Amino acid sequence: MGNSGIDTHESLTSQTQPTSERKQVRATAPTLHLPEKPLVIIQPNNDWGGIDLRDLWAFRDLLYFLTWRDVKVRYKQTALGILWAILQPLLTMLVFTLFFGRLAGVPSDNIPYPLFAYAGLLAWTFFSNAITSSGNSLVGSAHLITKVYFPRIIIPSASVAAGLVDLAIAFVILVLLMVYYRVMVTWQIVMLPVVVLLTTLLALGMGMWLSGLNVKYRDVRFALPFLIQLWMFVSPVIYPTSFLPEKVRWFLLLNPMTGIIEGYRSSLFGLPFNWTALTVSAVLTLTLLFYAAYSFRRMEKSFADIV
Amino acid sequence: MKPIVQAYNLGKQYQIGRREAAYDTLRESIVQLVRAPWQRLKVGNGRRSHETIWALRNATFEVEPGEVVGIIGRNGAGKSTLLKVLSRITDPTTGRAELYGRVASLLEVGTGFHPELTGRENIYLNGAILGMKRGEIESKFDQIVEFSELEQFLDTPVKRYSSGMYMRLAFAVASHLEPEILVVDEVLAVGDAQFQKKCLGRMSAVATEGRTVLFVSHNMVAVQSLCSRALWLNQGEIIEDGPAGDVVSNYLSHGLPIDTSREEVWDDIETAPGNDSVRLHRIQVRPESGTPSEPLTTKTPFVVEIEYWNLRPEADLHITLHIYTDQEVIAFTTGSRSGEGEYTGRPMPVGLFRSICHIPGDLLNVGRHRFRVLVIKDMVTWLYKHESEVTFDILDREEREISSYGREPGVVKPTLNWSTEQIGTL
Repeated sequence: MGNSGIDTHESLTSQTQPTSERKQVRATAPTLHLPEKPLVIIQPNNDWGGIDLRDLWAFRDLLYFLTWRDVKVRYKQTALGILWAILQPLLTMLVFTLFFGRLAGVPSDNIPYPLFAYAGLLAWTFFSNAITSSGNSLVGSAHLITKVYFPRIIIPSASVAAGLVDLAIAFVILVLLMVYYRVMVTWQIVMLPVVVLLTTLLALGMGMWLSGLNVKYRDVRFALPFLIQLWMFVSPVIYPTSFLPEKVRWFLLLNPMTGIIEGYRSSLFGLPFNWTALTVSAVLTLTLLFYAAYSFRRMEKSFADIV
Repeated sequence: MKPIVQAYNLGKQYQIGRREAAYDTLRESIVQLVRAPWQRLKVGNGRRSHETIWALRNATFEVEPGEVVGIIGRNGAGKSTLLKVLSRITDPTTGRAELYGRVASLLEVGTGFHPELTGRENIYLNGAILGMKRGEIESKFDQIVEFSELEQFLDTPVKRYSSGMYMRLAFAVASHLEPEILVVDEVLAVGDAQFQKKCLGRMSAVATEGRTVLFVSHNMVAVQSLCSRALWLNQGEIIEDGPAGDVVSNYLSHGLPIDTSREEVWDDIETAPGNDSVRLHRIQVRPESGTPSEPLTTKTPFVVEIEYWNLRPEADLHITLHIYTDQEVIAFTTGSRSGEGEYTGRPMPVGLFRSICHIPGDLLNVGRHRFRVLVIKDMVTWLYKHESEVTFDILDREEREISSYGREPGVVKPTLNWSTEQIGTL
């Protein structure tokens, strides 16, 4: 037994590099060049400090792999697979078209109601799935958090990024619908990436904040679906802002999703932009993002201890 | 030389006693806030501060580049906490540490493996989680696969792997990490013996490449053979820091957990185990020389003492011991009829007697043992059988080639006399 162990050991070293070469490495190793300044400083949490972007950059490949994992694993062992990314907004659109478009006669800014609803649902499905999965992401990754270091922010970020893949797939149907209804794309389409980016940042801000909160207060998991449902009804997903009385419209502006969802429709269907709403959305999104980053950073250090 | 790790006064405080509610609920916090808002203000975040424990305290040490440092101590001594702080998983409560190199930690093998993903996919995922760059993983991919010996299962989801295969893949990825500082927890405690040897071989290769390694282990042989230096932690504090051999032997002689009982005593002859013919008084295991509590190793000769009351005159009694291994296998049986002594094979009067069995070193294998005591009359009838509560650990303290450490298979591990000679030429 002992002998076979020695064999293994030797075959192993020869596998990596010849023994003589290895000895050489050993001889030169002590003169290893150490950096002047420490690469890592470990000390008690100093409350203030933003997200360490340099550290985040160093771990960018991890963001890629975690996103890729989320996408890959999400539809494993499902019969329909990635089709779910299309079915969710599509079926919801059909139901809404029937009830709100046909029966209730909700107006749709002169756009065919199915198209109108689908564009809103596209944005909303992405947003709600992103905050749900990123909100639960840290708790679901307890095994990683307690065993290995990396910037924790990567976990909720990867969940949001994985949602983007679904969004891209759902866009295919939108294109088909637009062809079917013969809606022409205008120059305003250049604003689409900006609106998508804004949705992503808003989802990231919400996801980051909620995921951190969820580690400490598991109530988040129960409150979240409820919150999302309410939020949808105060967002112009299935109705246009113009549907509401003038007096309460300003109230809708407080919801950053208002400007965003309208932004999708404007850029896709060439409707006039509501710049006020869009600016308010952008300001709210960035404010939320910075607050979330700050609060995440504060909570981050205790994740491993309490998750 | 400039140290690669400098730690000053590192400490970590945990809140305890809230096991059943590991996390707060909003309601609890709101109730707390309503009930005693001033209290919250007063102590800030440190509420319930009376229920805290210092898992690590005043840890100050430096590690030179290329040093391999073993961290030893009982369970709960703070070893894992120290590793978690150094690998940045958790923040220290006090102190500061400066690391002059990239750190990678291996507190568990297979961290982040996803059961639904294939072996190939998990290599990438796990590599990235451990801090490898994509290009780095790609360039080492073939080596990793070769090390794991799982070529033909690469495209199988790991949920279909046996636990051995899973470990092999996980360690293959982990062992190809190339940080300047490697922090390793008891990862070698898993997998089969063959694989453990392979991992250990890889570890020693890492050490000889000039990598700095911090290594937590309960395996003293592994620590002695891999590490040049050891830190002994006890109740969160470093109580010894020095050459691995010295620290390990101090630890073994003083730091052993008292989880084995070396003695059973019954003072009351009326209630002691036994019957009308014989009653047991005391059973003890101790080393042949030295203090009774000294650890037993594979090399230590030790004795088993049985004291008993003989209640019938002119009884021809003898004691038989069945020594059990931790696998509940009888390693051997021995009786007090062999050897010499005043009453060996001779009838005894009524009174208190003591039989001593001398067990030589180089006989029992590593592990926990217990025994059964039989009192036999007239060589054939057993009067009384006692399953002794006494247990003893045989430790492995031999200095050997690192590639063979730990427990060898076999119920016993005698050192036998071999000779080898040449008996012909070709």
